[in-house]
Amino acid sequence: MTKSKYESRGDKATRAGFGEALLEVAAQDERIVGLCADLTESLSMKKFEKAYPHRFFNAGIAEANMTGIGAGLAAAGKIPFIATFANFATGRSFDQIRQSVCYSEMNVKICASHAGLTLGEDGATHQILEDIALMRSLPNMTVVVPCDFSQTKRAVHAVAKHRGAVYLRFSRPAMPDFSSDDEPFDIGKAIELHDGNDLTIIACGVMVWRALQAAYQLASENIFARVLNMHTIKPLDDAAILKAAQETGAIVTAEEHQLNGGLSDAVAGVCARTLPVPIESVAVMDKFGESGTHLQLLEKYGLTTEHIVQKAKAALKRKG
Amino acid sequence: MTALATPPASSSYSAPTLDTAADLDEMARQIRRDIVRMVTLAQSGHTGGSLGMADVFTALYFKLLKHSPDVFWSGRDQDFLFLSNGHISPVWYSTLARAGYFPLEELATFRKLNSRLQGHPATDTHLPGIRIASGSLGQGLSAAIGAALAFRLDKNPNLVYCLMGDGECQEGQIWEAAMFAAHHKVDTLIGIVDFNNQQIDGEVSKVMRIEPFGEKWTAFGWRVLECDGNNISEFIETVHLAHSMSRQEQPVVILAKTVMGKGVSFFEGTMPDGTNWHGKAPSKDLAEKALLELAPTRFGDF
Repeated sequence: MTKSKYESRGDKATRAGFGEALLEVAAQDERIVGLCADLTESLSMKKFEKAYPHRFFNAGIAEANMTGIGAGLAAAGKIPFIATFANFATGRSFDQIRQSVCYSEMNVKICASHAGLTLGEDGATHQILEDIALMRSLPNMTVVVPCDFSQTKRAVHAVAKHRGAVYLRFSRPAMPDFSSDDEPFDIGKAIELHDGNDLTIIACGVMVWRALQAAYQLASENIFARVLNMHTIKPLDDAAILKAAQETGAIVTAEEHQLNGGLSDAVAGVCARTLPVPIESVAVMDKFGESGTHLQLLEKYGLTTEHIVQKAKAALKRKG
Repeated sequence: MTALATPPASSSYSAPTLDTAADLDEMARQIRRDIVRMVTLAQSGHTGGSLGMADVFTALYFKLLKHSPDVFWSGRDQDFLFLSNGHISPVWYSTLARAGYFPLEELATFRKLNSRLQGHPATDTHLPGIRIASGSLGQGLSAAIGAALAFRLDKNPNLVYCLMGDGECQEGQIWEAAMFAAHHKVDTLIGIVDFNNQQIDGEVSKVMRIEPFGEKWTAFGWRVLECDGNNISEFIETVHLAHSMSRQEQPVVILAKTVMGKGVSFFEGTMPDGTNWHGKAPSKDLAEKALLELAPTRFGDF
């Protein structure tokens, strides 16, 4: 084991990281403009709106139009950050993202909060678990899913500098803030958080903290898991995945998303084409969510540290 | 040689300056010849709406727009134009070529493999004149608003035009955009609707009524002008009026009444069986007959 143990500095929301970092990048680059669809408080954009009233536009409850306006701003040289709940940012606006943003090669940043089950009490209508699948299917789209408050901030800085369409996915509740500022955020480059050669846990978003806890628990049982924070789903870090497959021989994926079309399918595709190894998946198994607290929902839908530990042991068994 | 055959490529083309109404009418007729020849060579494409909008495009690119192929990619010192109903790409491609944006002979590649002239306008082929892909309807007005907002932030005094179809206004996004433009006082934007009462399945009034159309735009906070979109002089006057109404905290829309298929008698309006020439190309024989109604011009075929 080469890495020191990650500790939480306390619970903070990834959306708050988005709001803070947006202010920082906007101060550095006046081409950056912000748009929101009637969720300015929820997206932590109030400070941006106040600091840059002329560079902020509320689109009202009209996400398709907001996406198109973002494309037009980009066509005229601006860098729009368009923000709303992940459900409306993707599912509701897919055709606009496809044609006006991706096919048109527009430099639009789609910033999506309240993704997945951790949205909580609002229930399945708002808990999109298909957004990664939708966005990673699009040519010219980059898909970024940071793991905590601090990494969300670093991701926003990287996304602002990146030329091209980006889908940036984050979430509602306060969760452990643990990632290190020593870890540069390079789009498309996975970060190894824990060393090990028995198997690899590849996780994104809220599941990264749980993957780490699983690795610590496994280590106490003399099972050493490598943990990769796969913060970019597209372009996927194929090299890190294949290295993990080669060196550890088994993989567990963990994501707050449907199994179909998400991180697990992406990782499995890379391995199946080049270096097949046993893969176990921690994901939502073709179901819609429901109301509950975010921790209750993660438990009920099988997205906890304990589930990752179980899948790790299953993967090890298959590895033989 | 038939009128459909492609003459040898000419390498030294410069866009003509058109001063008189007769000059503009002649260019519009040449663009109509180009449209008929393009869709016939491709044996696909949208004949009717393209012919109907030839006068509007001629007026825009040869009289009204502040534009130049030389500065297009810079994005500076020019008006922006968005075509939301991208299926009338033939009229746009022909007009752009005639205005010097790319070689005339490229019009012969329309809808062919490896062409920059995609069935619907695209940006990944880097065809000068096009800023955003369009085809899936209802999206262009939003993009035009975005560009106008960028102009506002940059204190760029130029105008943004957005061309739409009347059938396209059945898309909800158009009205999301209309509401936004009025609320945010986007007053350097001029919308132009091809008001021909035609869509694929027939007359707009029969498929899905949009009337009272002008009142809808007014209710959404726009100032509304109407004109005959097939009368170049009247259209130019109307756009000048729209210019005088711009920068007054309201967007302006021009409902340009046109005839689908205008210029070829047997493509115009509704056919006896209720169909129209929205989305189909004529046979070669029919195209030759159509070209007899569109006399050759001094500008020459591509």
